[in-house]
Amino acid sequence: MKHMTRKATRHVNQNEGLIFEKSSAGKAAWKLPPLDVPEVDTAKMLGASERKDLGEMPEVSEIEIIRHFTRLSTWNYAIDLGMYPLGSCTMKYNPRVNEAVARVEGIANGHPYQPEKISQGALHIIKTLSEQLIEITGMDAITLQPAAGAHGEMTGLLMVRAYHESKGNARKKILIPDSAHGTNPATAAMVNYAVENLKSDARGMVDIAALEAQMNEDVAALMLTNPNTLGVFEQQIHKIADILHAKGGLLYMDGANMNALVGKVRPGDFGVDVMHLNLHKTFSTPHGGGGPGSGPVAIKKVLEPFLPTPTLTVKSDGTLGFDYNRPQSVGRVRAFYGNFGMFVRALAYIQANGPDGLRQTTEDAVLNANYIRKGLEGTYDLPYSTPTMHEVVFKGVRTMDIAKRLIDYGFHPYTTAFPLIVPGALMIEPTESESKEEMDLFIEAMKSIAQEVEEDPQMVLAAPHSTRVSRLDETAAARKPVLRWKPAAAPPEK
Amino acid sequence: MAYPTDRKYTKEHEWIQVNGSSGTIGITDYAQQSLGDIVFVEAPKVGAELTAGKTFGTVESVKAVSDLFAPVSGTVTEVNEVLATSPENVNKDAHGSWIVKVTLKNPGEVDNLLSSADYEKFVAEEAGH
Amino acid sequence: MRYLPKSPSDREAMLKAMGLRSVDELFAPIPAEYRLSRDLKIPRQMAESEIVDFFRQRSRENGDGYTSFLGAGAYFHYRPVIIDSLISRGEFLTAYTPYQAEISQGTLQSIFEFQTMICELTGMEVANASMYDGSTAAAEGVMMAVRLTGRRSVVVARSLHPEYREVLATYAKHQGMPLSITGYSDDGRVNLKELEKSITPETACVLVQSPNFFGTIEDAAAIAEIAHKHGAMLVVSIAEAVSLGIVEPPREADVIAMEAQSFGVPLGFGGPYCGVIATREKYVRQMPGRLVGQTVDKQGKRGFVLTLATREQHIRREKATSNICTNQALVALMVNIFMTVYGKVGLKELAKQNLAKTAYAAGQFAKHGKVLFGGAPRFNEFVVQTSEDPYAINGRLLGHKMVGGLPLKKFYPELGNAALWCCTELTTRSAIDTAVGLVAESERSVRSAKEEVEEVAR
Repeated sequence: MKHMTRKATRHVNQNEGLIFEKSSAGKAAWKLPPLDVPEVDTAKMLGASERKDLGEMPEVSEIEIIRHFTRLSTWNYAIDLGMYPLGSCTMKYNPRVNEAVARVEGIANGHPYQPEKISQGALHIIKTLSEQLIEITGMDAITLQPAAGAHGEMTGLLMVRAYHESKGNARKKILIPDSAHGTNPATAAMVNYAVENLKSDARGMVDIAALEAQMNEDVAALMLTNPNTLGVFEQQIHKIADILHAKGGLLYMDGANMNALVGKVRPGDFGVDVMHLNLHKTFSTPHGGGGPGSGPVAIKKVLEPFLPTPTLTVKSDGTLGFDYNRPQSVGRVRAFYGNFGMFVRALAYIQANGPDGLRQTTEDAVLNANYIRKGLEGTYDLPYSTPTMHEVVFKGVRTMDIAKRLIDYGFHPYTTAFPLIVPGALMIEPTESESKEEMDLFIEAMKSIAQEVEEDPQMVLAAPHSTRVSRLDETAAARKPVLRWKPAAAPPEK
Repeated sequence: MAYPTDRKYTKEHEWIQVNGSSGTIGITDYAQQSLGDIVFVEAPKVGAELTAGKTFGTVESVKAVSDLFAPVSGTVTEVNEVLATSPENVNKDAHGSWIVKVTLKNPGEVDNLLSSADYEKFVAEEAGH
Repeated sequence: MRYLPKSPSDREAMLKAMGLRSVDELFAPIPAEYRLSRDLKIPRQMAESEIVDFFRQRSRENGDGYTSFLGAGAYFHYRPVIIDSLISRGEFLTAYTPYQAEISQGTLQSIFEFQTMICELTGMEVANASMYDGSTAAAEGVMMAVRLTGRRSVVVARSLHPEYREVLATYAKHQGMPLSITGYSDDGRVNLKELEKSITPETACVLVQSPNFFGTIEDAAAIAEIAHKHGAMLVVSIAEAVSLGIVEPPREADVIAMEAQSFGVPLGFGGPYCGVIATREKYVRQMPGRLVGQTVDKQGKRGFVLTLATREQHIRREKATSNICTNQALVALMVNIFMTVYGKVGLKELAKQNLAKTAYAAGQFAKHGKVLFGGAPRFNEFVVQTSEDPYAINGRLLGHKMVGGLPLKKFYPELGNAALWCCTELTTRSAIDTAVGLVAESERSVRSAKEEVEEVAR
């Protein structure tokens, strides 16, 4: 290969089969203490419900398990290895103190039904995080119950519906810009609202004239991502809010891109009525290979009666407790109180930052995205010249192939083919966690690949070349799905 | 690509071959090409009622889903079960891989559909965009 | 700020390269009237040591050092140490969803193993990569049955976790899915006669939990027979995964919606946990959530990818099977490691210890109070009825650094002074004896008070 990267070098990588292929009867990685109560006759106790066999569950030793998962782990890319420029995903550093405090005994082992008297620590954490998120968003109240962003969207729209119902008309539809995340329309459908598309204007922003034309008393809310998925701040945001409010509609903000705003501007100040946050994006809780997330929903006063049950309350004796008596509530969206372990991590992140740190974080995130934009704008096409905030979207013809080639340069690919309004989109969000050096390497890699596309397109088409597996046959996987391991068929008996 | 003249076409890229009161429906070669590798064909059950212009199933590739639109109204009499296990047949031979057979409710609807030549012209225009 | 890798001169150099004087210019697109001109009103930056102190203090206010008899959908089992060693590896902890398969094989292969083990344990053919938790998995399982049957109403067992019922009600409310509740018999199991009556030709599915909220194991075969006879599906929720080591899974079910928290996931005051849906292969295209499938690369080498993505929201948008996007990958990894550690033999022995401790405890309680629902087998929970209000009894237990069973008045007023007790392998005989002793004392004092009153009356 002609253009070698300065960031990555090849390295020996261990092979490892499936755990079932290591299993053999009699190996064990567990040891239970002796039973201090009489043994029981399971057959007598359970009768027909007794299970005799656990099938193909593995039998392996502890060292094999350690090696198995350690080897698997080395096949993953991770933020801890380098820049993760996935647009709209906010892949920032996950501080380790967050992990440490989440594992403190009384926090990790608290039972959700233990009496409130001995849950004051957990309730204090919920209260403190709630208050700080309310201050950060400029809203009036919050629920931390939703388990993820999409779950928060559902909770938010349930509150929107309950609000309209309380006024005597649930209304029929939700307006969603064509640049929105797929979860937005999917969520609207779950809450039984029809979806109406709202097109973007030539600058990649909400088309105000179209909004005015489409807004009427059937519209329950507009779901808006701000900055939107192009990384563009909706400059007419207040006008948008006014148009909605004038006809009794609500403004829902998808907080996926909140990392561009924290400490600099508050959605509550620009007309938002309800919004969700993604603690695993903006507030540094780990993505963990796809979850757990946490999707708090912050609201304005008018929506407060509809919050999911229970809500946190300060009792007459000054202690904290839960309030279950909420007749107008939308109900429960999850058992217990939400992904509490993520609240702990998010709060530790806010504490480590303070007001100045959060503001600097936002400034660095925006600075980084614009630095990349500047570095690549001569090489890749910008579909919109509008100024961008925390992420930048280019367009190209071989976005997927360029993304795959980026892997050989030691980077995770950017987001491809999204937002849908940009054909062949390359969506890049560096976050604040990248140094100038890492970004210079990224820009260098992207430029080098652009050159390779011209000089040796076949090589780019076949990328990546340095991974333990090459491009995988997704078509075969979908046509004849193999979704679990099965033991090889026993040879026929003679 | 030549589109067989023994059948009619829709602007949503389905074809229908009419034989008396029954019709055989599939998707066109242009459709299979733009979808890419087809991994799943979701067809209605025998007895289902189709309405001209309305969706009656989907065709899926790895990363896209396309609705199937009924060229005519009618009742499904037969479903091509082979496609359940071999959806790739549609890629290999779109005009030979029918999806459903129907009894026509209103044979007159066929007259609203495109001829092979008109469809070819329509596709050429669409591809030009 | 210690997480930010830039010196002031780096920032200056970057601004200069972009032809800017100040970072404020980048925020110019935001109308000035909305820009915050003050500090956020949150506490100042804290040092790492201060943060650790803050949470240690909260921990002390949070039941640290108490012995608990609580279960009810959240179970205290031992977590092998290697779970945290392995999930703390940055390559697992700080990776994104494995969309880029070539550099995500670690996460993908581990999910494939997870799916396989869940299939083995539940007796189902396919399992997804995880859901938010057991309550939302149950709701999504029901919605799946609604799509598959084309029917809309749902019969829900009253012995399903009350909070799961509440979550389902929230999900069902705006989707035109009427719910009806079916009661339990004297043995704590679903009342089959009542069940048969509540199923109509519009019933999409019956949703039960086994072991149910009272810890009683349901007769899934009998329930399935009734549901199937009427063309309805059976969705079974399993909240206590450890039961699968010794209790036959509900193989007759069409969908199993599980909570796998018991498999190595900390109680964590209620989350994050690990829901999962398992079902038959023929229903896979109506299953929500991510799925990993096996395939080959260009050289024919085995590899894994996210597959059947066309079910999901990012492609099908408003027509998706669910709006679910994030799953619980890291928690599923904990579950995966736990299942691997205990494996074929260990899971059975672990479940047996739970059974033995519970049998002992229930036997001891029965000597002094009334243990309900003795007519059917149970796993590791049981209901004790007392003369005194269980809140009052629990108040005294707290004085002994013990958390008694969950009072059921709020959820099942018809059971009176009843509480749901749970014993796991971590519950010691001496803790059981102490708790039983305190309950016995309460029974004795209520009894003697009553006798005194009767004496006076005489």
